[in-house]
Amino acid sequence: MSDLTSLTIAEARAKLDAKEMSALELTEAYLTAIETANPLINAYVTVTDDKARAMAKASDEKIAKGEAGPLEGIPLGIKDLFATEGVHTQACSHILDGFKPSYESTVTANLFADGAVMLGKLNMDEFAMGSSNETSYYGPVKNPWRKRGSNADLVPGGSSGGSAASVAAHLCAGATATDTGGSIRQPAALTGTVGIKPTYGRCSRWGTVAFASSLDQAGPIARDVRDAAILLTSMASVDPKDTTSVDRAVPDYAAAVGRSVKGLKIGVPKEYRMDGMPAEIETLWQTGIDWLKEAGAEIVDVSLPHTKYALPAYYIVAPAEASSNLARYDGVRYGLRVPGKDIVDMYEKTRAEGFGREVKRRIMIGTYVLSAGYYDAYYLQAQKVRTLIKRDFETVYADGIDALLTPATPSAAFGIADQDMASDPVKMYLNDVFTVTVNMAGLPGIAVPAGIDSDGLPLGLQLIGRPFDEETLFALGSVIEKAAGRFTPDKWW
Amino acid sequence: MSVDSATVRRVAKLARIAVNDDDVTAMEAELNAILGFVEQLSEVDVSGVEPMTSVTPMAMRKRADVVNDGEKADDIVANAPASEDHFFMVPKVVE
Repeated sequence: MSDLTSLTIAEARAKLDAKEMSALELTEAYLTAIETANPLINAYVTVTDDKARAMAKASDEKIAKGEAGPLEGIPLGIKDLFATEGVHTQACSHILDGFKPSYESTVTANLFADGAVMLGKLNMDEFAMGSSNETSYYGPVKNPWRKRGSNADLVPGGSSGGSAASVAAHLCAGATATDTGGSIRQPAALTGTVGIKPTYGRCSRWGTVAFASSLDQAGPIARDVRDAAILLTSMASVDPKDTTSVDRAVPDYAAAVGRSVKGLKIGVPKEYRMDGMPAEIETLWQTGIDWLKEAGAEIVDVSLPHTKYALPAYYIVAPAEASSNLARYDGVRYGLRVPGKDIVDMYEKTRAEGFGREVKRRIMIGTYVLSAGYYDAYYLQAQKVRTLIKRDFETVYADGIDALLTPATPSAAFGIADQDMASDPVKMYLNDVFTVTVNMAGLPGIAVPAGIDSDGLPLGLQLIGRPFDEETLFALGSVIEKAAGRFTPDKWW
Repeated sequence: MSVDSATVRRVAKLARIAVNDDDVTAMEAELNAILGFVEQLSEVDVSGVEPMTSVTPMAMRKRADVVNDGEKADDIVANAPASEDHFFMVPKVVE
């Protein structure tokens, strides 16, 4: 890693403004790093080097004129789920082969308006369905972290596996990501990076390929808490093009980093103490509690009684919405078409070939639970349970709790092609057991690296906040970061 | 509740996904594993509970009902596998 690629966004911005380096130099350093590392890590599915250089040059001109935006000249990786005008946007699915939108997603448009440079599109699980980045049509991403003394490849988590791996390996200064059930926080935890899923409605969903519309939210993955705050400030907006985007001013989130947490009440939900949870995760959680206590927060034991039902309810609601959202991929308007003897045969063959196994599985589940005779038993029941899950959180917040502290994942990174998970889809789904509740309730959640396990792999803690109180999460996250330090993998690529 | 192979074929038809015999066998097992997992929801007492319709309490914003976009036929067919004169081309539908 060259010195330039090891800079945080905040550090790089300072050096750019002080003219200690140019935006083009910074972009070139990343493009060189990608060229070496990407054949091994597979974080990028396309590198937009010409566009990156042109954007960097434009940033240098703006800096020279004293018109630098908050992200001027900062090279970012963009998850393949975000529509980027004229650039590969395929949700890492075969069915979107060749798709290049003629429009820009609101989130990327916001980042570019603030001066960010796009390095390329990042690998992900197909249509964001997965927790290991192994369902991508473009092959798995390798985690830059390996167990101490081992050269076995590990997953970076998913679905934003390319985002997390590229940030951890310093192949971008920060990345966009999305989170439907944990797809920002789980890969952040597995790669020693910081990831925040903001409150539902904080970032516009316009121009982001839809998976489960009532759960999907965009957010950043970054090297540290401050960078995550800087990126979210730019990504979030009120957007007339997304009716669920909330009409609320976007605060300067970075101002909350380092803010005192004295007197905050932090809930520790007993239901997150799961059977079979590794002792190291339990210890890490207790360490996090101690750090927040030392910083002046008050720790309160709380109960969220419907926690165990969040994951099963999610696996009805998310596939149901996905089966509806993914109906549009029919071989007519974009992407892959496989010829058939008539139009229905063409639809069926296109979708059979274009969708991967996990995506088909979820479309099938969604179609089944929405079909006549099953709707009440499955979908309606799940939506009622969702109300109860949200009510659990509302109750503890009404009792004066400011935020909750939980583990981010039930384990550290696991191996690529793990046999246990391959043989049972539910085992893979359990990766999101601590994160999915937050999506079901529409709340903000941040994953912050908090330690290294006995194998040398990073582990994260999660903080869950009140609706639209991301600032408290940044304040608390920075306490954990300060106590735990930051973690960088040893370079093997 | 569990699904049999006939149900898997029916659902695949509804979802417009072509399946062969091997797919059906594999999907039947996978779908039953997932349905077995979500089965636990039936034990939750939901009497008097409203189903969630919106995760953030907000009235949907509405814009004025006016044309505010359009004249982009080139863009709209630009990614189509087959198009002609701004129409999407598909296999014959009506005999």
